[in-house]
Amino acid sequence: MPTKPETLSNDGSGQGGGHGAGRHENVLDVDDLAVHFQLQGGALSRLLGLQARVVKAVDGVSVQLRRGEVLGLVGESGSGKTTLGRALLGLVPASGGRITYHSASKGDRRVSEMRGAELRQLRTDLQMVFQDPHAALNPSMTIEEAVGHPLVIHKIASGRALRMQVAEALERVGLSPVERFLSKYPSDLSGGQKQRAVIARAIILNPEVLVADEPVSMLDMSVRAKILQLMLDLKQEMGLTYVYITHDLASAKYFCDRIAIMYLGRIVEIGPTEEIFANPRHPYTKALLKAIPEPDPDRMVPRDLPRGEIPDAAEPPLGCSFHPRCSEAVAGCGWESRDLRALLEEHWTRKLEAYDDEKALIGDLDGLDRPSTTAKVGKGGAGEVRALLDRIRAENPDEPLWSGVRGIEPAGNGVEVQFQPADSPQLRRAGSVDVACVLYPE
Amino acid sequence: MTEIVEDRVTPVDAPGATVLEARDLRVWYATDRGPVRAVDGVTFELHEGEILGLVGESGCGKSTLGRGLIGLLPEGSARDGELRFRGKDMLKLKPREQHAMRGRDLGMIFQEPLTRLNPLMRISEHFSETLKTHDKSISKAEIERRSLEVLRVMGIPPTRFHAYPHEFSGGMRQRLMIALTLVLRPPFVVADEPTTALDVLVEAQIIRILHDLRANYRTALLLITHNLGIIAEACDRVAVMYAGEIVEIGDAREVFSRPKHPYTRELLRATISLRTTGLNYIDGAPPDLVEPPPGCHFHPRCPDAMKVCATRHPVLRQHDGGSTAQCWAADLADGLADDLTETERTPLPREEIAVADEA
Repeated sequence: MPTKPETLSNDGSGQGGGHGAGRHENVLDVDDLAVHFQLQGGALSRLLGLQARVVKAVDGVSVQLRRGEVLGLVGESGSGKTTLGRALLGLVPASGGRITYHSASKGDRRVSEMRGAELRQLRTDLQMVFQDPHAALNPSMTIEEAVGHPLVIHKIASGRALRMQVAEALERVGLSPVERFLSKYPSDLSGGQKQRAVIARAIILNPEVLVADEPVSMLDMSVRAKILQLMLDLKQEMGLTYVYITHDLASAKYFCDRIAIMYLGRIVEIGPTEEIFANPRHPYTKALLKAIPEPDPDRMVPRDLPRGEIPDAAEPPLGCSFHPRCSEAVAGCGWESRDLRALLEEHWTRKLEAYDDEKALIGDLDGLDRPSTTAKVGKGGAGEVRALLDRIRAENPDEPLWSGVRGIEPAGNGVEVQFQPADSPQLRRAGSVDVACVLYPE
Repeated sequence: MTEIVEDRVTPVDAPGATVLEARDLRVWYATDRGPVRAVDGVTFELHEGEILGLVGESGCGKSTLGRGLIGLLPEGSARDGELRFRGKDMLKLKPREQHAMRGRDLGMIFQEPLTRLNPLMRISEHFSETLKTHDKSISKAEIERRSLEVLRVMGIPPTRFHAYPHEFSGGMRQRLMIALTLVLRPPFVVADEPTTALDVLVEAQIIRILHDLRANYRTALLLITHNLGIIAEACDRVAVMYAGEIVEIGDAREVFSRPKHPYTRELLRATISLRTTGLNYIDGAPPDLVEPPPGCHFHPRCPDAMKVCATRHPVLRQHDGGSTAQCWAADLADGLADDLTETERTPLPREEIAVADEA
């Protein structure tokens, strides 16, 4: 494939290197970016002065977008991939950190500090392709109006010149004969055609970077490959750089030069596509790869998949965010009170017959919902609660939660379980990738 | 974490009793432009403990077929043909009798779990309502026993029995929906894109649950999806639908490794998987079901089309390997179409398919 640059001389040390040359090696530099959303509490909680909850959609992400590459942002919903993509274009304000755009013609610009008119001007260089082409097109605008709209807004062309440029963009994305499409409305077009029109609108300003958020996931499978091929062709012809946001590892494998795997607002693994797929290191990456349903008649339903789902981003797990679902978790992953609740519930799901008696012994579980490295449980007597926990532990001694328990002390009518505290692991070099996991220390 | 137990239940040599049997089943919708033949003469059987995957592009009629089997069709639609549940033709039953079968005999799992759960009702109330609808005299203890048992199979802890739907995550809600369907133990269940709204890891969990149904409940399951990977992993047999017809049906392994119909083959080639090394696609779009093309409905998009394909409708025939397909080219390749004339066998000159006609 022509898109894979074989030699990537940049080793993350390109900071400040190529400024004099005019063309910086990176198009975008993201440095410790944070995007936090304040959750609106109810009227009561505001009256009581309770602290508003904060969702850390993107939390401490550093990444470089290299000129001419396709960078994949891959993760499940709630991983922050879309928010990161939007932040790159200034569509959501950064709460912390820096985004620097190294423009080929206009020098370095700080996207994270732009406002209003400046930000609008930025759109001539950085553009976005949205997931749902039906929602991305105004139903009351013809294709000609929609695709030419950016030129009108930025007062770049009008009249004849506008029409010429629209025709050229439509031609580029394969919507030809152009006359057949100019006066059509979005509702007259199929999904694939609509997405072509959205792409035409995105490239008409001749941008440097295209952020494509799930550009093919709403399309029928017979046409997905066609749209991806179109994007590869356009990249070649126009020298574009792509950020490809997706939950679909299979298309990312084909489409991207580098891939960043995201989980709960952080990048957990990033590196060259071949390496990510040949040697996945982070347990989350491994799980994703195993879970993809492949049209291979000899594949079976995978069994050893992570339990549960992406947790609440307003209160992420302590330590490594992935530890409650991780199949390779160890003592230092950040075990905590909510994990104990999950363990008890899982135990009762298996042993339904013991539920009534044991629940009476353990009592209310809601106290475990506050994230803490100490967990008080039980109301039926310290000795008996302790004995029950020991029995549950004996059922599955390999359960990694127990390795993170530092001690179980009697407390009132129950016990206090003390866990080993842990920090969230940072991205560290491992071979040719970077991975954030305690299994890959410096 | 559990160990890897990769147990594709060995293909049943003696399949269980036939649960559902469709013969030349048709479903129409009335529109201003005339009837839409969304399901146009479909024939298949489904056995106890078997999972049949139904795959096709959007608009091919797969959801209509799924709903048609249950009888959940909108006003202005009609069914014709034969549809036997345990030997009894459901299309001959009175509407009241058909209604009584839903839930008890015929289950349905929908795509959007949140829109199917009442936000004001606790999970326990959902179960109670479902069970009482079909058995007015059921006791409270029995309701709780049966509900908790099916929740256990779905991996939902008993501590959550009295919670409200919004307290559950997306994957848990889909498990709840499956539990609510299964608590009545219907012998036949339609699952219409049950994992489309879910993330890949949760999707895999749900697929595993559906896959295990046959062991736990001996359910006959029709799994509707556009994801060929899910079919390959979870289904015993697969039916490929195009323009209202089943164009190929057979053992999933056989159909995926040796597709007979060019549509099946092209669909597999167009799917982007981890093994994809080049991008392939099918030109054109599925036809308008008010007026499908003459002959084989797929011929305008088919790379193998012959002259006969544009004039004569192909017939369903069994091929080497056991799968059944309706395709003249496949017949010819397997020596099943000796009666075709020389002219009929010549390749059909292909019309240029412009982007103007793509899906």
